[in-house]
Amino acid sequence: MAKYSIFSLLRNARDDHQNWPRVWRSPEPKDAYDVVIIGGGGHGLATAYYLAREHGITSVAVLEKGWLGGGNTARNTTIVRSNYLWDESAAIYDKSLKLWEGLSQELNFNVMFSQRGVLNLAHNQHDLRDLSRRINAIRLNGVDSEFLTPAEIKAFCPILNTSPKARYPILGASLQRRGGNARHDAVAWGYARAADARGVDIIQNCEVTGIRRKGRKVVGVETTRGVIKTGKVASVAAGHTSVVAAMAGLRLPIESHPLQALVSEPIKPVLDTVVMSGLVHVYVSQSDRGELIMGAGIDAHNSYAQRSGLHTIEHMMASIIELFPLVSRLRMMRQWAGVVDICPDASPIVGKTPVEGFYINGGWGTGGFKATPGSGWAFAYTIANDRPHPLNEPFALERFSSGRLIDEHGAAGVAH
Amino acid sequence: MLEITCPWCGPRDETEFDYGGEAHIDRPKDPDKLTDEAWAEYLFMRKNPKGPHLERWMHACGCRRWFNVRRDTFTHEITAVYRMGEKPPGDGA
Repeated sequence: MAKYSIFSLLRNARDDHQNWPRVWRSPEPKDAYDVVIIGGGGHGLATAYYLAREHGITSVAVLEKGWLGGGNTARNTTIVRSNYLWDESAAIYDKSLKLWEGLSQELNFNVMFSQRGVLNLAHNQHDLRDLSRRINAIRLNGVDSEFLTPAEIKAFCPILNTSPKARYPILGASLQRRGGNARHDAVAWGYARAADARGVDIIQNCEVTGIRRKGRKVVGVETTRGVIKTGKVASVAAGHTSVVAAMAGLRLPIESHPLQALVSEPIKPVLDTVVMSGLVHVYVSQSDRGELIMGAGIDAHNSYAQRSGLHTIEHMMASIIELFPLVSRLRMMRQWAGVVDICPDASPIVGKTPVEGFYINGGWGTGGFKATPGSGWAFAYTIANDRPHPLNEPFALERFSSGRLIDEHGAAGVAH
Repeated sequence: MLEITCPWCGPRDETEFDYGGEAHIDRPKDPDKLTDEAWAEYLFMRKNPKGPHLERWMHACGCRRWFNVRRDTFTHEITAVYRMGEKPPGDGA
């Protein structure tokens, strides 16, 4: 792997940057691998990277049916935070946040992680009480969180409408200063480059069509580019987790929905933090290009179509204008949707399954991007050792029969 | 936005309806005798297919009655609407 640095930049400047090496190979699939990862998004690539780096397992293929990072990795609103309520969530999301903090150095790839803070607004007395409880729970878990009064909110984020006459007045907010944004594509590319350098085969345009089993054990996968033998198959297929699991004969507590986002035309810098409101139902930040990036709720019905209804957009825009009156004349440039896999408790499933050698990392629902490094890290441990790490043990599939659900609907930031 | 044909009120916009998820999940007759796994199966496990899906809708802004729909989860095409208690027409999903 050619190391990126100021010197490599200068060297390549001499020939007008025409001779940068390819960032990763595009190999033909081999006949067999120790581990096959289904899904070349951030989580899948992170899993491959940590398998190679932490566990020395390099006979790994990442199979991606489309292009690398073209699914939900490319479709989210790039928010990173770890302000979750329950201990189990705090542990895995904050592990992730800690990995984010060193990720650009670790991968030698600028993932543009910017800790600009994440603000969660409260609009009524119930919100306020809930917010206080959350802040205390979060701090007890050693994660940073603080309360801001309306005056402090106005100073921190001046374009917010903090008028007491607003339809949904802002009465307070929690702020996680370590939270922020990262560049979504760069995360996929950085992990892909680093995994490839350690010998992982990244195979794009290769859709898995079946999972071969002998008894209760996985023996291989069928793909559009032939059969690949392997004893370990790891599904990291996000919105399509149920579809992949069905190939292994499993039913999951997951339903897939479209979740959309949109961006405005670029404007001058007005918003240097991330603002979320569960009640008004929107989350927004400003990209380095000046576009406001916004997301809201899912469409109610199950769907695998990467599109969403106009009424959902109208609802989102109404929320944005309520919070930020100055955007009312902005044009919206692009709109898209991703397919999110939602569990009944709004927490993911990361672990083993009743099928030997078949592992699942999915159900991240509407908030998987932030978890990319921690998810890959814990999942790699699970695959390498055939047992979960304490970080992801609570997120086992068995919790739906044991009843130990991890209810994080509130931490989704908005109600989904 | 979907256009859904309520069996009683006719074709209406999706915004008039509430979604009720997968249809034909029968409540266990004797919940006390269920294993935890069987209870989880009833409560949480879903088909979530990519393709035809049998699902429930309720006409919240109209007659407020529940009914079943067969809708493709990839194309969003609705191929059947039938009343509660009825079997899906044709070969089901």
